[in-house]
Amino acid sequence: MIRALEASGRWTREGLESLGFATRAFFNLLRYSPGAFRRPTLITEQIHFIGNYSLVITIVSGLFVGLVLGLQFYVNLIQFGAEEKLGPLTALSLVRELGPVVTALLFAGRAGTSLTAEIGLMKAGEQLTAMEMMAVNPVQRVLAPRFWGGVIAMPVLATVFSAVGIIGSYLVGVKMLGLDEGAFWSQMQAGVDVNRDVLSSVIKSFVFGIAVTFTALFQGYHVKPTPADVARATTRTVVIASLLVLGLDFVMTAMMFGQ
Amino acid sequence: MSNLVEIRDLQFSYGERSILSNLRMDFPRGKLIAVMGGSGCGKTTVLRLIGGQIRPQRGQVRVNGEVVNELNTAGLYRLRRRMGMLFQFGALFTDLTIFDNVAFPLREHTDLPEELIRDLVLMKLNAVGLRNAHRLKPGEISGGMARRVAVARAIALDPELIMYDEPFAGLDPISMGVTANLIRNLNDALGSTSILVSHDVKETFAIADYVYFMSAGKIVAEGTPAELRVSQDPYVKQFVNAEPDGPVPFHYPGKSLSDDLGLGGKR
Amino acid sequence: MHRKIIDVWVGLFVLLGAAALLFLALQAGNMSSLSFTKTYIVTGNFDNIGGLKPQAPVKSAGVVVGRVGEVTLDEKTFQAQVRLDLNQNYQFPKDSSLKILTAGLLGEQYIGIEPGGDTKNLVDGDRITRTQSATVLEDLINQFIYSKAADGKEGSE
Repeated sequence: MIRALEASGRWTREGLESLGFATRAFFNLLRYSPGAFRRPTLITEQIHFIGNYSLVITIVSGLFVGLVLGLQFYVNLIQFGAEEKLGPLTALSLVRELGPVVTALLFAGRAGTSLTAEIGLMKAGEQLTAMEMMAVNPVQRVLAPRFWGGVIAMPVLATVFSAVGIIGSYLVGVKMLGLDEGAFWSQMQAGVDVNRDVLSSVIKSFVFGIAVTFTALFQGYHVKPTPADVARATTRTVVIASLLVLGLDFVMTAMMFGQ
Repeated sequence: MSNLVEIRDLQFSYGERSILSNLRMDFPRGKLIAVMGGSGCGKTTVLRLIGGQIRPQRGQVRVNGEVVNELNTAGLYRLRRRMGMLFQFGALFTDLTIFDNVAFPLREHTDLPEELIRDLVLMKLNAVGLRNAHRLKPGEISGGMARRVAVARAIALDPELIMYDEPFAGLDPISMGVTANLIRNLNDALGSTSILVSHDVKETFAIADYVYFMSAGKIVAEGTPAELRVSQDPYVKQFVNAEPDGPVPFHYPGKSLSDDLGLGGKR
Repeated sequence: MHRKIIDVWVGLFVLLGAAALLFLALQAGNMSSLSFTKTYIVTGNFDNIGGLKPQAPVKSAGVVVGRVGEVTLDEKTFQAQVRLDLNQNYQFPKDSSLKILTAGLLGEQYIGIEPGGDTKNLVDGDRITRTQSATVLEDLINQFIYSKAADGKEGSE
């Protein structure tokens, strides 16, 4: 019994220590960011690797989610004769929630694991230590550009996801199920407010970008120099990043839409 | 000052475990000094202390008169620009070509134009015999070649101090000979000081000016290779002659065989 | 060389994001109806505004002519004071009246402005006095039940 208490106490203390350590690492990353911005080529390279390479999965997923949303909502709305609300319903679902959240989860899986593995392997192969011995700060040269690359790429990806999803629901609603095109768009425009909905989508995806990219980089950087641990670190990235995204989503939704 | 690096009264522990104790070493300028010993004796730790990657609990490491363990980050980076280090398996940047790997320190620390950097890089690669491989990537060359590229990168800025961490580990005899010659010739050509950490007796004795023998964090013997070859110290003898048993035991310490098999005392 | 190609791709990436954002704002959102034209402020007091919210539309003959601004409680008369931001392009006579209407049967509430006959028009800062409050569903039901009960009483006498 005492053992269990001891264990939980230790577990809490270690948890807090990890949290503090991670916070310190975060601020360290921010501290060396201005240096990274003086070499914009590094950042654009990372936007390319992180963003462009995630475009295909984002667009395909967005399209499918939009198609499915269109179908699901239509089937239910038609029972109340309210099928004209298909436009605003799908648009709001996408812009407010699904766009930022699903994109973030996909991002954690595709870009997050790739970053963790890359940094982890560099750490295991002593490349980062070699860099330090050559008097180049790896946080500034390697981590910060990847961080800002991810933070910039995420909102772009989420916006593309939402836009493609709306096009998907349009294809289902208007082209496939025969809703009136004009009514579709005008109802949507009446229901979606730029300031409230589109802007909050951008803010959410920005915050998610920070959370996921930082988690990926942190897990990769603090890996033990064995291949087994690099693999474990990528799994940890996906789990922790996904939980963070969902938790932050709740907090932000409550702040932005709760009254 | 004739010593580029001096270590005095050094004590380094990892938690409760003492790795190095009462260490005293001199590394005179222009010489090639080897630090040898079995696995786990602490020789790589010495290199890390000189490079400032870790700090000792007690004692001093001086490089060029400056106490390394008291430097701040800026001072440490300033010092490292005059050092070159070869890591155990090369530690090349796998996403860059060989050319870019060697060019890395030049591009980061100098403002030289690209044409000049190109010439310098090709000359460094020429010194290690890999000039024509400069377009390849680290994944496309053998381990021995990767090691040589890492040497070229380590000397890119013509450092005063070059440190080699197990440069011969895992190499075939030809590559070993090539690397050993390279280390010696570079040291003399650049007029720099080299510290070589290795457990390969044959190659190291062929090129070193002075050798420190370490065991369990202490220096057990030191001298020129010639002196050590005829040394009567049991540890040195075991190491130099590759004897299976001696001061470094063959059996992992614990129970005796008769106890384990239940033979003795069961009368 | 290598760098230039990457720059092109990144440029395309960012452009795609901007296009998506524009699409969301204009096609999906209400930005095209966000007029940046000047507005003038007119106020009106109501006994009950029901579910009227700020940013609700002000319509005349079904055309959006402005938006509801601030809604506050007038502590002297205990009436709801509603500020209307009307589009400068539309002028209404001084004796116009305001009604709180519902879009559809159970939809969002908005303000309908009905023009009067005055030759002079409303200007910035004017107050409209002829207002009709929102119909509260509960009151309607009570009325209905009352009148049914009254009918029943009469019928049985």
